[in-house]
Amino acid sequence: MSTVLPAADSLTTPSPLPVPARAGRSLWQDAWARLRKNHLAVVCGVVLIAIVLICFIGPFLTGWNPETTNLALKASPPGTAETLTDGSVRTHLLGTDTLGRDLLTRIMRGGQVSLMVGMVATGVALLIGVAYGAAAGYLGGRTDAVMMRAVDVLYALPFMIFVILLTTMFGKSMLLMYIAIGAVEWLTMSRIVRAQVQGLARQEFVDAARSLGLSTAVILRRHIIPNVLGPVIVYATLTVPAVMLLEAALSFLGLGVQPPDSSWGTLIDDGATNMETSVWLLAWPAAFFSVTLFCLNFVGDGLRDALDVRSGKD
Amino acid sequence: MSAVLDVKDLQVSFHTRNGVVRAVDKVSLKVEAGQTVGIVGESGSGKSVTCYSLLGLIPSPPGKIEGGSAMFGGMDLLKLPEKELQKVRGSRISMIFQDPMTSLNPFLKIGTQLVEPLRLHKGMDKAAAWKQGIEALKEVGIPEAATRMDQYPHEFSGGMRQRVMIAMALITRPELLIADEPTTALDVTIQQQVLDLIKDLQKRLGIAVVFITHDLAVVHEVCDVVNVMYAGRLVESAPAAELFAHPRHAYTRALMRSIPALQKKGEPLYTIPGLPPDLSHLPAGCSFRPRQTPDRQLLCLRDQRPPLVEVSPGHWAQACPGCVEGGILS
Repeated sequence: MSTVLPAADSLTTPSPLPVPARAGRSLWQDAWARLRKNHLAVVCGVVLIAIVLICFIGPFLTGWNPETTNLALKASPPGTAETLTDGSVRTHLLGTDTLGRDLLTRIMRGGQVSLMVGMVATGVALLIGVAYGAAAGYLGGRTDAVMMRAVDVLYALPFMIFVILLTTMFGKSMLLMYIAIGAVEWLTMSRIVRAQVQGLARQEFVDAARSLGLSTAVILRRHIIPNVLGPVIVYATLTVPAVMLLEAALSFLGLGVQPPDSSWGTLIDDGATNMETSVWLLAWPAAFFSVTLFCLNFVGDGLRDALDVRSGKD
Repeated sequence: MSAVLDVKDLQVSFHTRNGVVRAVDKVSLKVEAGQTVGIVGESGSGKSVTCYSLLGLIPSPPGKIEGGSAMFGGMDLLKLPEKELQKVRGSRISMIFQDPMTSLNPFLKIGTQLVEPLRLHKGMDKAAAWKQGIEALKEVGIPEAATRMDQYPHEFSGGMRQRVMIAMALITRPELLIADEPTTALDVTIQQQVLDLIKDLQKRLGIAVVFITHDLAVVHEVCDVVNVMYAGRLVESAPAAELFAHPRHAYTRALMRSIPALQKKGEPLYTIPGLPPDLSHLPAGCSFRPRQTPDRQLLCLRDQRPPLVEVSPGHWAQACPGCVEGGILS
């Protein structure tokens, strides 16, 4: 065995390094590979997708109208069969509520509302929070100080009073709930993004980008925001359950979704009042709700581990 | 030869809570076409701030350009509005930075970042720019350039990344390249490669280079003219050969004594006693006085700033009687 020593001039001419003959793998692809190895997160992700599909497609399959009442079958337990006017028999898989409406269909419809609120309000929070936080963090100085003091002021506003104020001024509506929740949730997002951007703005690649003649807007869009997306995605997945919980709390208090519409919050509220006589009215909506929250949290955790730069290369 | 860049009396200060820091105080320097001009000094001597302020890259506030001019192609860079300056940056003046590990965006492909200046300043379409990017990578000695374009920064070593940075800086064929300690963060062997690369490309493309470093050995190797900075001021400026043969200012001589290779084996390495002065509370006279030997200190100027005088043709030094050796010409 003889080893070939590098020629003396290999110090001054670059030696051809072994280059993997493949296209590069971005940090996103790395993170995706790491996420797939996290079985719990993958299972939770699948369950989440299943719940979303059930909620949005299910009502067409059960055949029940979530608002049709049947006072003959009030609060009947799961599996109760009902003879329809044309003589056929159909089962209420999860029973009926106190007005004889099919519980499964109502849970699905309620899920649509809850999931929509969760996603839309998080989306709103994401858009405002990222833009605001990135601008404040990158511009820095006095602009940053003014922008963040505004956030502090909004933070100090008690959320419930804010919502009650809005509902008394504009009446109860779904739109209002989106606005109220979105208006609160973007505050934390903007703080997170600002802190990240402040760290990034000192990195040399931002200086390098400026020295190449890129404008501030382009630097923010191309160089800053993609780099904060990791923490933002993680925070967003953890915001969705928080928002859904807020919606449930508001609906529970009668400030959110109004009957005959339902959300998981109102269904749990109904169930709670009847839990001594018909426990399934509380158990089923609560089960759907908690499984969803669990899964969102685990997916969020998995994403955080997968996107964590420290666990990555370098 | 005409000057590519002519900086006169540049003054930059930072307004901080602890007072005004005069980071650059009346610095003048000239860069001729095709020349390599070195700026040498300790950390905090103002060498980087000098160059950053030319491109409008100092954070402002707290940084502020207080005075002076920097003529480049008939324009005064210091008075150019930001929009115009953006057109100069990356197209006519480029910069490379100290730490190649952080000077590339980890989320973008090397190729995407590399061709950014072409797309921005030359308005090239994606395909043409990409093609030229491959050529640029080949030019800086990166093998399998076409494959490498599709990879991400974390798949490159430090030396390779610095090559990419050099390729990016030179891809628009600028007239002036500012290299801010481009070899400091690299291994010694890689340092040599990168220096050779810069020298080689400079010769081939005929660009002027401003080379910022604290490493006199590097200066000796690449620079035609050397400016020594101390506490925000120029203390000595001369052609490289002249400076290394006849260093006149005490600070320059002390720097040269600190080069490890020039010292006897077994003896403790020489260090300059004391610390650079606090730039927000500069002494009125010679700023190097506190670090001089006591008998020398007696000779240093105390009440006024030593002026920069021509001690021999083309060789300028701060005329402080305590610091300049061999007497003052005029």
